[in-house]
Amino acid sequence: MQSFLSDPFLFIANWLESVLLGWGLQPSLATFLLQLLGALALGTSLLLLTFLLIWAERKIVARIQDRLGPNRVGPFGIFQTVADLLKLVTKELITPQGADLIPYNLAPLLAVMSVVGLWAVIPMAPTLLGADISVGVLYIISIGAIGTLGIMLAGMSSNNKYALLGAFRTVAVMVSYAVPMVLALLVPVLLSGSMGMQAIVNAQTPVAFIFLAPIAAAIFFVSSVAEVGRAPFDLLEAESEIVAGFHIEYSGLKFGMFFVAEFLHAFTISALTATLFLGGWQGPWAEQYTFLGLLYFIIKTSLVYFVVIWLRGSFPRIRIDQMNALNWKFITPLGLASLIFTAIAEKLAVDFGLPRLLIHLGANAILVALTALALGAYARHQRTQAAVRQERVRRKSTAEAA
Amino acid sequence: MTILQIAFLLIAFVTLVSALMVVTSPSMVHAALWLILTLAGIAVLFVLLNASFLAVVQVAVYIDAIAIMIIIVVMLTNNPLRSQMRTVTRTWWGAAIGALILLAGLLVMITQTPAFELQAPALAMEQEQYLKTLGSALVDVNQFILPFEIASVLLLAALIGSITVAWPFLAGRKEEQDR
Repeated sequence: MQSFLSDPFLFIANWLESVLLGWGLQPSLATFLLQLLGALALGTSLLLLTFLLIWAERKIVARIQDRLGPNRVGPFGIFQTVADLLKLVTKELITPQGADLIPYNLAPLLAVMSVVGLWAVIPMAPTLLGADISVGVLYIISIGAIGTLGIMLAGMSSNNKYALLGAFRTVAVMVSYAVPMVLALLVPVLLSGSMGMQAIVNAQTPVAFIFLAPIAAAIFFVSSVAEVGRAPFDLLEAESEIVAGFHIEYSGLKFGMFFVAEFLHAFTISALTATLFLGGWQGPWAEQYTFLGLLYFIIKTSLVYFVVIWLRGSFPRIRIDQMNALNWKFITPLGLASLIFTAIAEKLAVDFGLPRLLIHLGANAILVALTALALGAYARHQRTQAAVRQERVRRKSTAEAA
Repeated sequence: MTILQIAFLLIAFVTLVSALMVVTSPSMVHAALWLILTLAGIAVLFVLLNASFLAVVQVAVYIDAIAIMIIIVVMLTNNPLRSQMRTVTRTWWGAAIGALILLAGLLVMITQTPAFELQAPALAMEQEQYLKTLGSALVDVNQFILPFEIASVLLLAALIGSITVAWPFLAGRKEEQDR
C-alpha cells in the first residue's frame, strides 16, 4: 500500500477499490465504477476551476488596462463569477425562430465536451491521468475537430447571418491553424519516439523539449492560441464586424456553456503547452511525491496561461487576410522546416553521439537565422515593389500634367 | 451474447440508420450532419477492434472535413438551409429491388466464406508496437513504399493544382485575355 503522503491519488483509488470490493462487487464492475468516479471528479473540478479562471483573467486584463477589475463580491472580487453565473441561470433560454432545433441545442454541449475531453489524456502527475492511450497526440487533434464542429453547428442552426459568418471564419481559422499545430506536435513525438502523452513527459528528463525545440514550442503556442480563437485571433466573434459571431443567438446557460468552453479551452492549451514542451509534472522529487508533480504542472500551466492573457491584453485584433498570410506564408513553412531540422539534428545526435542539446539548439539557431534572412529579403522586395509603383504613379501624373 | 457483441450490434445499427438518413434527408446540411454520425459509428467500431490509431485518424480526417463540407454545401447550392428537395426519383422501387438482390447475393457469398466462422485473433503486440510496425511498413522498400509515395505525389499534385487555380497572377492574365 502506498503511503498517503507520497501519492494521495493512488492511495484514495486503492482505498475506494477495497471499499467497493468489500461490498462484494465484481472486480471488473468495481474498476468501471472507479473510472466513472474519476471521470466525474475530473470533469467537475475542471468546470469549477473555470470560475477561478474567469476571475483571474478579468483581474489580470484589468491590471493591464489600469483598472481594478471585479472587487465587490467576496475578497478581491473572487466570487464575482458565481454571481454572474447565478444571473445567467435565471435568464430565459430563447430559441430563435427558424432555428434547427437539434443542432442548435447540441452545439453548446459539443463545445464543452470537446474541451473537457482533452483532459482525458493530459497527465497531471506521475499517477494522475485519465487514460494513457498510445495515440494521445492524435486524440488531441481529433477532439479539436469535434470542437470545430460544435461551433459550425451553432452558426449553422441559429438562422442568423452574423452567426453563419462567424462560424465560417471559425472554420477558416481552425482548419488552417491546425496545419502548423500538427507540424509542431510532431516534434515532441519525434523527440520522444511515442505518441502517448505520459511517454512524452517521461522523455523530458533531464531537458524539457522547449530547450531542444524552441521554434516548435513557439509555433505550437501561437497556433493553439489561434485554434482557440483568443485575442489577437478572435475574429470569429469580432464585435465591431459580426456582433458576437457564432453564439449571437444563444442566451442564458447555453451562452454560458460557450463562455465556459472558451475560457477552459485557453487553460487547456496552456496545459498542453506545459505538458508537451515544458516537461509537464517533471521537477525535483516529483516521482517520489505525486503531489509535488501536480504542483509543478499547475505552476507551469499557470505561467503559460498568464502569457495567453497577457497576449489578449496587449495585442489588437488582426485582420483576416493578415491572419491567413501569417499562417500560410510564415508559420506553416517554418513548421515544416523546423520538423526537418529537428529530424536531422536528432539523427546526428543519436548516430554520432554528439551532445543532443547543443545540436538541437544549433539547428534551431540556423533556422532562426535563415528565417530572419528570408523575412528581410521579403521586406526588401515589398519595399522595391512599393517604390516602383510610386514611381509609375508619379510619371503618369507628370505625363498628364504635361 | 457478450457485452462487446451487443455494443457492436447497437453501433452497427446506428451507423446503418444514419447512413440511410444521409441519402434520404431532404436538407443537404442535415445529410452532412447525419454523415458525421455514420463516420463516428465507424470510428467506434475501430475502437471495438482495438484499432485506436485508425479510430482517431477516422475522427481527425473525416469528421474534421465535414465542417468544411458544410461550408462548400452552403456556398455552392441554392439556399441550402431552407431547401426541401425531392430525394427520390420515380424509379426508386427498381433501385430498391436491385439493391435487395445485391444484398441477398452478398449475404449468401459471405456466409459461405470460411472466414465467416472465425473469431477475431488476439492481438499479438502492444498498441505502441502496432503503430511502429505500421509506420515502418509504409516506408519499407519491400512493403508499401510505392503506394505510399504515389499517394503523396497525388496529394502534392492536387495541392499545386489548387494553388494554380487560385493564383491571382494567372487569374488576372486570363481576364486580360478574355477582354
